[in-house]
Amino acid sequence: MAEKARLIDIYIMGRRCLVPEGLTILTALEYCGYRMIRGCGCRAGFCGACATIYNFKNDPQLRYDLACQKTVEPDMYLVQVPFFPAVKALYNLEKMETTGEQIKALYPDLVKCYGCNTCTKSCPQELEVMWFVSDALRGDIREVANKSFDCLMCGLCAARCPQGLVPYNIAMLCRRLYGRYLSNNSQHLDDRINEIEAGKFDAEIDKLKGTEGKELRRMYTERDIEPALEQYWD
Amino acid sequence: MYPPYLEENIQQVEATRVRRLLETMPCFTDEEKTALLQQYHPDYIRESMRQLQVGVNKGDSTPRELADLLEGNSRINPDKIDLRHIDYNVDILVIGCGGAGASAALLAHENGAKVLMATKLRLGDANTVGAQAGTQAADRPGDSPAIHYLDTMGGGHFANIPELVEVLVKDAPSAIRWLERLGVNWDKDSDGSMHELSGGGTSKRRLHSARDYTGLEEMRVLRDELRNREIDYLEFAPVIELILDDRGQIAGAVLVNLETEAVIIVRAKAVVMATGGIGRLHIQGFPTTNHYGATADGLVLAYRAGAELVFIDTMQYHPTGAAYPLPILGQLVTEKVRTLGAQLVNCDGEQFVMPLEPRDIVASAIIRECRERQLGLDTPTGESGVWLDSPMIDIIRGEGTIAQELPAMVRQFRRHNIDITREPMLVYPTLHYQNGGIKIDTSGATTVPGLFAAGECTGGVHGRNRLIGNSTLELFVFGRRAGQAAAQYTEEVKRGSPTLEHVRRWQQELEQADLSGIRSVSPRLLPSYARRTHGQPESIASLD
Repeated sequence: MAEKARLIDIYIMGRRCLVPEGLTILTALEYCGYRMIRGCGCRAGFCGACATIYNFKNDPQLRYDLACQKTVEPDMYLVQVPFFPAVKALYNLEKMETTGEQIKALYPDLVKCYGCNTCTKSCPQELEVMWFVSDALRGDIREVANKSFDCLMCGLCAARCPQGLVPYNIAMLCRRLYGRYLSNNSQHLDDRINEIEAGKFDAEIDKLKGTEGKELRRMYTERDIEPALEQYWD
Repeated sequence: MYPPYLEENIQQVEATRVRRLLETMPCFTDEEKTALLQQYHPDYIRESMRQLQVGVNKGDSTPRELADLLEGNSRINPDKIDLRHIDYNVDILVIGCGGAGASAALLAHENGAKVLMATKLRLGDANTVGAQAGTQAADRPGDSPAIHYLDTMGGGHFANIPELVEVLVKDAPSAIRWLERLGVNWDKDSDGSMHELSGGGTSKRRLHSARDYTGLEEMRVLRDELRNREIDYLEFAPVIELILDDRGQIAGAVLVNLETEAVIIVRAKAVVMATGGIGRLHIQGFPTTNHYGATADGLVLAYRAGAELVFIDTMQYHPTGAAYPLPILGQLVTEKVRTLGAQLVNCDGEQFVMPLEPRDIVASAIIRECRERQLGLDTPTGESGVWLDSPMIDIIRGEGTIAQELPAMVRQFRRHNIDITREPMLVYPTLHYQNGGIKIDTSGATTVPGLFAAGECTGGVHGRNRLIGNSTLELFVFGRRAGQAAAQYTEEVKRGSPTLEHVRRWQQELEQADLSGIRSVSPRLLPSYARRTHGQPESIASLD
């Protein structure tokens, strides 16, 4: 199938290659004989391993994307980013404060952001990176968590920041602080854990474990099924 | 953007939508399910399986692709490996660093063990990050671990090992809290209660999600914590053989630097195997949702060291892999789409299966619809599929629900000019999960002393079919248990002297079965996707 597609020119680290249209950058590399070791992970747009930088033969403007998701276009110049050194602060989540000062203490470079917006332009997830960096500066942890939620931590923002910030790690810190300290506690979760520890379900589960196949099948077939949408119909 | 003939067919889907909003498909009866599976589920294609001729599970059937590797030749020549040259000496080696490996490493470390993690790709590169829909835990007032137990057993066709299911459901709520204390951002209602959804085969709403990036959120938090605790890890360093001692206990592993091909010897008192799945073997030629490294390495390594495997004749084909467009063929369309209310419909715009049946049932129904009834749709590249009517979600739950709950899906299809808030997705089953694997007890111990295992590389928890949200749950429940048990074990074990004698015996066994000449080397490590011309040899396969 792929063989029947129209062939286009791409340039892999400068070398001209002819590949079928419709391949992703990743599958185009493989089509050209490259066996990936670095720069390839989930192959489905979730892990950030295949962060990629490209431009075009007659257009020097750099673009950023994930090699497993972006399809090749004629005259693309391609390179994978195998690894990029980025600062990650070490901390004990149990001994943290949920303030802007805390974030700045761990990531002091944060104050150096001068708002060039290169991070936002380089995000393959199209997140508002510069805005959540400025939320972090103001100590608005909830907003950082919200705006950065879909971050794959591919590292392109850090690779491109002229001031050496690591926005994705700053966001990681904020999301953990939010989850640990700022989101409301689930009472029903704590209650259930206490019930399990008190052995409330032991007898019932023991009984199920001892139930013969046929009877267990009957219980399964006749079990009460909660409507998936109930809460939305009123 | 769909080609014109598919756009035209979408009008059929739209034409029946109002009627379908009020239409409820009945569940299949027990007999209907059995017949459907036997006729259409890929596990039941007998020619796809082969009996193993060597090893502990000799005589058991397994897909040919896996059998080839389980019967494979070792990548090492034991005579050329000097076990006295030790590169790392630790208490516990954790192999694999997805959700299960990370959980095991954290718990082993907490229990005082010196831990080294080794991973084939990067820290956190695992199927865990691709898990979208959620993690099960029966923590709502109307739910209970007993109901979760019954759902899980039924989903697995009652073949599951009851003791493993029991700890799965009982540990579930505390696993959720453990993750929250580590900073996982669960979807919640404003009062703090968990915002939970139903899934295929779950009788209650008990899926804990983080938008449709649940596994990614869980993994990035665990990875960050591993780094905070400064637990050592080796990336791009797969294990190619386990080391035993003269007492038959685990004594470490032989690793290879994937880039330099240098051999690395790790001495360890215990090993936690957490190498994940198998999708990149493309069983029966199916595309897969799995990550690049999912090549069943852990099964091969454990099997060669004498560990028993269970349920290796059953794979999970996720009902909804993308069938169009080609660049995302076989990639996961999360079950959360159906959980939120989307129905599956054929080319006449009609439903043919209750959308929240267990996965093997829905997958079989889709295959029947396309192959037997000829009511699927063909793509320009010759794939077939049925419609997953996503726009229903916003109609049922309000405008903006899809954008809020399924950002990854919206993004993935938008790249190809398909707006899933307005148009359905074309889907077909894709290889998703290995139901079976290494046999474990409730502490993650295998049949080899000192070898523990957790996560997708194990078998028994899910019987013959896993439910949505029980895979990520399993990672944390059994990862934590295995880490803790391994730490305990290392305090008590009396070490023998290390040897690769089992590898020599394995090779002799292969010779006797006339297999050594016809089987390739294993573990596979990486799939061979690079196009080869002029008979160019594979470099890593030639490692000596």
